[in-house]
Amino acid sequence: MSVQFAAATSVVAARRKLRIRWRLVTVGLALIVLALMALALTIGDYPLPVGDVVRSLLSPFTGQADQANDFIVLGVRLPRAVTGLLAGAAFGLSGVIFQTVLRNPLASPDIVGITTGASTAAVIAIVMLHLTGFPVAVAATVGAIVISALIYVLSWRGGVTPYRLVLVGIGMAAIAAAVTSYLFTRARISEVQQAMSWLTGSLNGATFEQLGPLALGLLVLGPLAAILYRPLASLELGDDAAKALGTRIEVTRLGTLLVAVVLASFATATVGPVAFVAFASGPVAKRMLGPAGNALLPAALVGAAVTIGADLIAQHSLGRSQLPAGVVTGAIGALFLIYLLAAANRSGRGG
Amino acid sequence: MRAGGLIVLLCGLLAVVFLSITVGARPISLGDVWAALTAPVSDSTTHRIILELRLPRTLVGLLVGAALGLAGAILQGATRNPLADPGLLGIEAGATLCVVLGIAVFGITTLSGYVWLAFLGAGIATVLVYVIASLGREGATPVKLALGGAAVTAALSSVTSAILLTSVQTLDQIRFWQVGALTGRTMDILWQVAPFLGLGIVLALTTGRILDGLAMGDDVARGLGQRVQLSRAFVGVVAVILAGAATAACGPIAFVGLTIPHVARAITGPNYRWLLPYSMVLGPILLLGADIVGRVIAPPGELQVGIVTAAIGAPFFIAFVRRRKLAEL
Repeated sequence: MSVQFAAATSVVAARRKLRIRWRLVTVGLALIVLALMALALTIGDYPLPVGDVVRSLLSPFTGQADQANDFIVLGVRLPRAVTGLLAGAAFGLSGVIFQTVLRNPLASPDIVGITTGASTAAVIAIVMLHLTGFPVAVAATVGAIVISALIYVLSWRGGVTPYRLVLVGIGMAAIAAAVTSYLFTRARISEVQQAMSWLTGSLNGATFEQLGPLALGLLVLGPLAAILYRPLASLELGDDAAKALGTRIEVTRLGTLLVAVVLASFATATVGPVAFVAFASGPVAKRMLGPAGNALLPAALVGAAVTIGADLIAQHSLGRSQLPAGVVTGAIGALFLIYLLAAANRSGRGG
Repeated sequence: MRAGGLIVLLCGLLAVVFLSITVGARPISLGDVWAALTAPVSDSTTHRIILELRLPRTLVGLLVGAALGLAGAILQGATRNPLADPGLLGIEAGATLCVVLGIAVFGITTLSGYVWLAFLGAGIATVLVYVIASLGREGATPVKLALGGAAVTAALSSVTSAILLTSVQTLDQIRFWQVGALTGRTMDILWQVAPFLGLGIVLALTTGRILDGLAMGDDVARGLGQRVQLSRAFVGVVAVILAGAATAACGPIAFVGLTIPHVARAITGPNYRWLLPYSMVLGPILLLGADIVGRVIAPPGELQVGIVTAAIGAPFFIAFVRRRKLAEL
């Protein structure tokens, strides 16, 4: 009896430990995101003390206006930081959902063709239709949704297996990428340059007006993704095991992928296909959590932190020449992932 | 049965090689080809086209196609991931970055200059990936290799795009190399890369037994007496030689390496001793076939082979994936 009792208490203790670890990681990440946002609001060519920033943030409620400060904080820096927050979170969520549903750590929306479809549509809009600004974003959203629908339909053979979905996805991605390359070799160099900087992904010129679809999408789909998480976890065990546990595989898979596609396409439309955020957020979050479960919220926070942080570095550390955030996300996301791999290796947990 | 299939494919390859020499803006007869090879006349335009343009181009396509097919197959086997391709271990990102640096910093603009740069970059990137993945007790596991490769790729691509965004001239140069092409590949370039490609192809064909062992999982392979880490390192080196030289010769053409092994696997099943030769023959069929289509589809210009491989290869690949009962890795 005492042996059973001891076993039961050790299980309870282990579970509590995991819960505590999850909370620690999540709260820690949330604090990092908050700190980065605060930094994004205070530093710049025109540094503002925290007090002034808070006063400006509250000015719509208090009525104490200071035109110059309010413009910098509310008109320029806040939209930019919030865009980074929302787009990063959407990329992070979308990436971790794809990787979990398709059971492949490489299968993020940028690899299986979703982002590629958005990019191709945007490049067509820029290079062939000579559009700029909002219409390009619309084209990107349409491109992502069309290519996702095509991938799903083409993978359907009385059901969709993750393996086939991934293979069809890379096939479609290759076609889309070929179209982009073709347009690159045929277009005028000035338009190639414009397309190139869109393809890198940047938060330059972010405004609250463009944020509508993304904010609404996250508000609706974020909670939905959380609800769908439990079936997601059983999908990870393999189709047969999931069926045995009573998961309606097809419905769950389609539902979660749909959520992920919409999140990825809105985020891409808003800031461009920022490199690596969707890919890295999931693995980074999972490696921080260890076996401690639900990586959804942590992955979203990692995505937000990487995007805001990268934008800060891109804006301020490289002198006069302002680079788009996408250049830096790749670099810091990669370094972070490499560090985590190395850290996991040291303690022998690498896998 | 599988030997018969291989012979059929070899005949197909022969036909594609023949078409690649004869089809083009200036159609050439078989007699001319024979004459050019046996008794070349130096002031004959036809002979010069054959010897200086068509033949090197075809040979480069043949070797590069075989190399990419094999590189993809052995990388997918070594990492046990169906998404593995020469891009995965950072090979293409490293090659691209070095070429971009060569253009931007040293002003190199010749194809034969790009070859060494690309090779250098591919090697550095892969060593980096391998070192990152193999830190720690159990060494380079498939997942760590894949994630490490993706991380290094992202980091290198960031630097590449930073350079391209700030230098229009470099972007203007690189956009044609980056597509992947067989155009303008001369005998010089063939001689630069042929030794590496030849060595890589021979070594790759010997890895069948190793890959069959790794396919059972590290623990089983180890139990059967295989030295897993050593095997994976060897396979990795072979893949770098193949994909590095191929990228150096033609620019990044990931699609061949990514998809050909899946087609081969659907025909042969998972046995690598058959899968490897099939991949080796199917690769150049796709690459040269795409190159021929690219020559005739948009006269008087040409479409780069990198574009055509994806544009005609991918729909075929998708149809294939839909029809077959897939043999998973």
